[in-house]
Amino acid sequence: MTERVRQFLRSPVLWPLAGIALLLIANLILKPGFLNITVLDGHLYGLPIDVLNRGAKTLILALGMTLVIATGGVDLSVGSVVAITGAVAAALIGQGTDSLALIVAGALGAGALAGLANGLLVARLGVQPIVATLILMVAGRGVAQVLTDGQVLIIKHPGFDFLGNGFVLGLPFTIVCATLLYLAAHAALRRTAGGMFIEAVGDNPEASRFAGLATARIKILVYVVCGFCAAIAGIMEAANIGAADAQRAGENMELDAIFAVVVGGTALAGGRFLLLGSFVGALLLQMLITTMYNLGVPPAVAPVPKALLILTVCLLQSDRTRRWFGGLWRGKPAS
Amino acid sequence: MKPTLQRRLPQLTTGAIFAALFVTAGLMYEGFFSARVAVNLFTDNAALGLTAMGMTLVIFAGGIDLSVGAVAGFTSIFVATLIEQHHVHPALAALAALALGGVFGAGMGAIIHWFRQPAFLITLAGMFLLRGCAFWLNTESVGINHPLYERMADFAWEIGSVRIPLIALVLAGGLIIGGIIAHYTRFGRNLLALGGNEQSALLMGLPIGSAKVWVYTFNSLCATAAGLVGTLYTVSGNPSTGIGLELDAIAVVVIGGTVLTGGRGHMLGTVFGLLIFGTIQSILLFDGRLSPWWSRIVVGVLLLAFILLQRGLVRVAGKAK
Repeated sequence: MTERVRQFLRSPVLWPLAGIALLLIANLILKPGFLNITVLDGHLYGLPIDVLNRGAKTLILALGMTLVIATGGVDLSVGSVVAITGAVAAALIGQGTDSLALIVAGALGAGALAGLANGLLVARLGVQPIVATLILMVAGRGVAQVLTDGQVLIIKHPGFDFLGNGFVLGLPFTIVCATLLYLAAHAALRRTAGGMFIEAVGDNPEASRFAGLATARIKILVYVVCGFCAAIAGIMEAANIGAADAQRAGENMELDAIFAVVVGGTALAGGRFLLLGSFVGALLLQMLITTMYNLGVPPAVAPVPKALLILTVCLLQSDRTRRWFGGLWRGKPAS
Repeated sequence: MKPTLQRRLPQLTTGAIFAALFVTAGLMYEGFFSARVAVNLFTDNAALGLTAMGMTLVIFAGGIDLSVGAVAGFTSIFVATLIEQHHVHPALAALAALALGGVFGAGMGAIIHWFRQPAFLITLAGMFLLRGCAFWLNTESVGINHPLYERMADFAWEIGSVRIPLIALVLAGGLIIGGIIAHYTRFGRNLLALGGNEQSALLMGLPIGSAKVWVYTFNSLCATAAGLVGTLYTVSGNPSTGIGLELDAIAVVVIGGTVLTGGRGHMLGTVFGLLIFGTIQSILLFDGRLSPWWSRIVVGVLLLAFILLQRGLVRVAGKAK
């Protein structure tokens, strides 16, 4: 075996990839035409494209969440931020704002502001991340409902509609956008020292502060990026369904994002992150949901396999299980 | 400030806020100062109160349980399905639900302790699992038609002209039992020690493993009880019962002055937190002009205020040393 193959076999991305392959085979057996892609009016259609399209929001949320988790935190408020940004966009359009740039800027600004609030609480006031983001998770939906007056606002704006349902070079805009964001994040974090700074803060905030890192500023920035990502997902969600629903938009999305990150091999304790892992993890999650639809499982029951998947991953990743498996391998318990 | 007074400052603040809120509302709205409104504070929030009581103990131990809403929802539809479609006696159905809830909580506690997994992640998975199972049993609400249920739903303890329904009595009993467990038993002290510093508690020889598993078991039992109370309140079972209940319960506990990192707090604070929560809901009900979603924002602001107050107290205590 060459070194490259061995390295690949040890990579944490291998497991979610294997999961996707397994689901793909299961789907092909159930529905032989699963992988068929048709071209209509120069746009690609088909179930695989559908998986990517629906998964795009989780992909983008998982990107921001990966960075937050890498600093040892977690952001529970992204679902509420999705609802807020949708409401802001709908409110702006409702007031007669016609410029798409202005609408998008307003929504993104709202997301970044929410992230800033989380970041300040965590980094400057030293509040536990779960608690700090819980506040916005509770209050955020209320804010969104005040913005929409508790109603589902219908959005009619051709330019805005493109952000959720448009096509670029035959591919849905959402996929292109998500992929570009990952490439940009990879370039910005792995080609510079930025990624290492984030990992250092997550590994040992005290030590990295003594080493001269602006720990607090890095943490705040990470939460702002996460809020920004949630805003992008919120715009896509609102544009996709053509309405802002303060009650249901982004419901449970924070969980999907956290699951995608954990399945992708990023440890919740922080100090290490894998962008590719989160990407694959989000796809695995969406693949699982699509498989459930194919099997005719009602959408409300779909959380069951998701929960079982995450429990399995958690148990497999725990030290105790590893030690146990290690013992089986060598015939004696490893220390 | 005296140390004991300072230690109880969050609870005292919560009590003062409740008193101020209740008196202000009483002066603003006609008919607010009535025994009925006061009893309704308990009746309408019985399910929330029971989950908040269990959640207080979990948070004492430095943990968190996000699955309680789903446990209540599962219990609700499970009991209704058993009674209506399988003609099981309600008492037997309730016992079965409690047994399932207890096993579920123990399982989560065991994974959290033995596999050293973060509590919020495991209980999140538990929430998904049970919510999905609830919808699996039935996607629609199921009405319960059983003579015993009707009698229990109508039962009330009458003192003069005041009617106290069974649900309110259950909540009051639950809170008293919870208070005794938290502050007058070895188990309660173990939980506080565990939340204060797990390493020290272990070195002191406290049974932290069993304490952790038991507290999640107890909390799931409380959530099951909340689900049962919910079926009494509406005389039906619904798989979507208790969506968001976990957040409200955590909010009530934190507003009650219990520190979310564990190790400090008092059950009395949770009672005041529950009363504040209930009063806000009643005010929104009395004042037709305010939209119901303001309650979420007010709860969020209260949460923020109390967390900042706690940070301030921790800093003051740190400087005093």
